[in-house]
Amino acid sequence: MSRKFLEDGELPYCKGCGHSLVANNIDIALQKNNYSILDIIIVTDIGCHGIIDKSFKTHTIHGLHGRSVALASGISAGTSNPKKKVIVLVGDGGATIGMQHIIDAAHNNFNITVIVHNNMLYGMTGGQPSEFTPYGFKTTTTPEGTNRNGYDLCKLAAIAGASFVSRVIGNVDFSDVLSKAFAAKGFSLVEVMEICPSYGVKANPGMKLKNILDAAGLEVKTFVNKETRSFETNIRTNVKRLLNDNENIPVKYKSNIDKPVNILISGSAGEGVQSAAEIFAKAAVSSGLNVSKKGNYPVTVGVGFSSSDIIISPEEILFTGTKDPDIIIITSKEGLDYSSAIIKNSDKGIIFYDSSVSMPETKATLIKYDFRKRVPAKNVSLYALLYYVDYSKVFPLDAVIETLKNDKLSSKLELNKLLDFS
Amino acid sequence: MNNEKKIIFTDNSKIVIEALTEAGADVFIGYPITPANLLYHYASQRFPVFMAAPDEITTLQWMAGFSSVGKIPVTATSFPGFALMVESINMAYMMELPMVIILVQRLGPATGTATTGAQGDLLLLNGMISGGMSIATFNYSDEFDCWNISAKAVEFAVKHRTPVVILTSKEEMMTKKSLDLNLLPFISKYKREFYNSAETYIPYKPEKNLVPAFLPIDNEQHQVRITASTHNMRGIIQNSTLEAMNNSKRLHFKNLRNIEDYVYYDLDDIPDAKTIIVSYGITSDAVKEAVINLRKEGKKISHLIAKTLLPIPKKYYEILDKFETIIIAEENLTGQYKQVLYGSNPQTNIISITDFGKMINPAAITKQASNYV
Ligand SMILES: Cc1ncc(C[n+]2csc(CCOP(=O)(O)OP(=O)(O)O)c2C)c(N)n1
Ligand code: SF4
Repeated sequence: MSRKFLEDGELPYCKGCGHSLVANNIDIALQKNNYSILDIIIVTDIGCHGIIDKSFKTHTIHGLHGRSVALASGISAGTSNPKKKVIVLVGDGGATIGMQHIIDAAHNNFNITVIVHNNMLYGMTGGQPSEFTPYGFKTTTTPEGTNRNGYDLCKLAAIAGASFVSRVIGNVDFSDVLSKAFAAKGFSLVEVMEICPSYGVKANPGMKLKNILDAAGLEVKTFVNKETRSFETNIRTNVKRLLNDNENIPVKYKSNIDKPVNILISGSAGEGVQSAAEIFAKAAVSSGLNVSKKGNYPVTVGVGFSSSDIIISPEEILFTGTKDPDIIIITSKEGLDYSSAIIKNSDKGIIFYDSSVSMPETKATLIKYDFRKRVPAKNVSLYALLYYVDYSKVFPLDAVIETLKNDKLSSKLELNKLLDFS
Repeated sequence: MNNEKKIIFTDNSKIVIEALTEAGADVFIGYPITPANLLYHYASQRFPVFMAAPDEITTLQWMAGFSSVGKIPVTATSFPGFALMVESINMAYMMELPMVIILVQRLGPATGTATTGAQGDLLLLNGMISGGMSIATFNYSDEFDCWNISAKAVEFAVKHRTPVVILTSKEEMMTKKSLDLNLLPFISKYKREFYNSAETYIPYKPEKNLVPAFLPIDNEQHQVRITASTHNMRGIIQNSTLEAMNNSKRLHFKNLRNIEDYVYYDLDDIPDAKTIIVSYGITSDAVKEAVINLRKEGKKISHLIAKTLLPIPKKYYEILDKFETIIIAEENLTGQYKQVLYGSNPQTNIISITDFGKMINPAAITKQASNYV
């Protein structure tokens, strides 16, 4: 069969390199499957096998060492042209550094064919062993032979969910196997076992590929050949805009504050600090104020402190970080611990704090209240903020009540208890 | 635009995702990381295609795949994820594949503190492309930038066939503010053109503004060769031929040349000011407040907010060269933008105001800056 997908002339490999046979078998298999030249997208990895691009007349893309399978997965998921056949050429080196991509592509069943050129060493960098070098196989840097077996890539790909997996010895015509792999729907992988004349043969004179595979227990066979559903990209045509008019907060109330008020509420995770701050903030918006809210919490959002800086202002708000707050609300010991430095330095603020915590020395005005005794812990932040609104009249309590009623929280709340400050 | 206000209470992540999609970005691929999680979350609701990758290397590779077939992919991450992406961003840069990468800075080194903001990754971006080449880097100073600059980042990437980075930080993406929706201008979708001639397609032949025409790799008419190895105009690997070297150099000059059409900054200049403060990102609001305070004290000071960070627009030096003292305020240990602008041994009139591990307070800026006005 004369070439159709490959340019005429020499391939770019050392004399006798198994990679040449792979390229020629690909051409034959593609012809068997009646592909047109531009149906094919060849994705090559870094390694000797990856210098083949210029010999292919197809589309070609040549990326990074080990990442070709992920790149091909993206191409396959991205193309809306079902006629395209995406073929990855990768070595055992690329399969080593990029093993996760192979497992992942098999798992997702991306519509690609991966051809692994397994010459059991890194050819391009001078013949070092890979994770697929079989026991006893000698390489440049393991002249005694490697002391453990390589992975069985075919078994891994099969378990991960591939549609078609086969191992062949790359010294015969294996175009029929490739032809089946190309025709398979979803992820197919063919591992071609070869020897690198420049390093492999030199380090292991006289060794037979068949014997190496037998000794390593690497079977030459088709492991999987099944009809499966291949990956389909979910393209949504009816996505909704995010900045919706229905999030619009109408201004129905009025606030009398004439300068910004910086509020710090500090309590425990799980006690609704952030959601209470959000309700408070929205109520301030509905009172015609500019508002900002910044959350502070450890990475584990469910334990430890949780605090929020809120600024309400008749003017534009610039800096949104923690400044010397005008109002500090402390609802728990954890909240106190987090804010203690701010409290100690505060000389003008008012601090509302729960009676269960003991305040450090401060010049701020102190107001103690039984927040925790009067409502369940999960509502204590909201209760404290309501208390503050009622106390300070920064904006009408009704603004908070209305915000609460529009919130999904409302069904779980006993409003009359939350509004009882007697 | 109607005059009635439409106030919403939102974080900027939502504004960013909405703007990117309005501008034409159609694929979001990501791996979750604080403080980029809100972007990821909104993207999962808003992008026509959303894919959860198993890691950040895969993220970038999938993006490159989508980009090579003509889609416009976006991701958002923070330093730990970004570090994993660096080789793949170089790949996309060399392949000339458009995409937008949002880097939401948090406190490092390493995993550092995920929930604390920072401005610590600018120098990484400045040297990220091997060879010292420039990559377009934008950043936001407020919610309006989140809207406008996000759209411009998409446009820059597509128009110039290049990855683009948007540098932002935790508080910018997570703090919520009230915003009048009516103040956000309409974003029109960027009209993308593909190569459409019958003549042989040459994938890396520079056309207008040093940008080669783009053709998806799954097209039916012309062979497309894309490669990240040193290559000639036809996309054939070559070691170091003149044509290949010129092609690699072109990538740098392409960004350098074209950034000049995308220079975004705010200059608050007052007559007779001899001192200027430069800020970017999260520190800008604090500097605005400090400038108000300083002027109340009768001090003459100007303020430049840089939004196009890299490559450095010529315009910035034109502005800054007129001042006797230049103060650069940023939330990192060593003054990274100062080093980018003026090197690591700047003249004594170049002053750094920095803080590490917390937002720089306007009072601190006011106090330190007043020594130089
Ligand atoms: C991230 C990265 N690490 C290391 C290398 C160096 N490198 C280039 S090719 C290669 C191994 C090639 O071996 P293989 O994939 O088996 O292909 P072969 O050369 O044998 O065909 C390595 C390690 C690289 N290019 N990129
Ligand atoms: S070094 Fe080995 S793998 Fe590489 S081309 Fe030569 S024979 Fe083939």
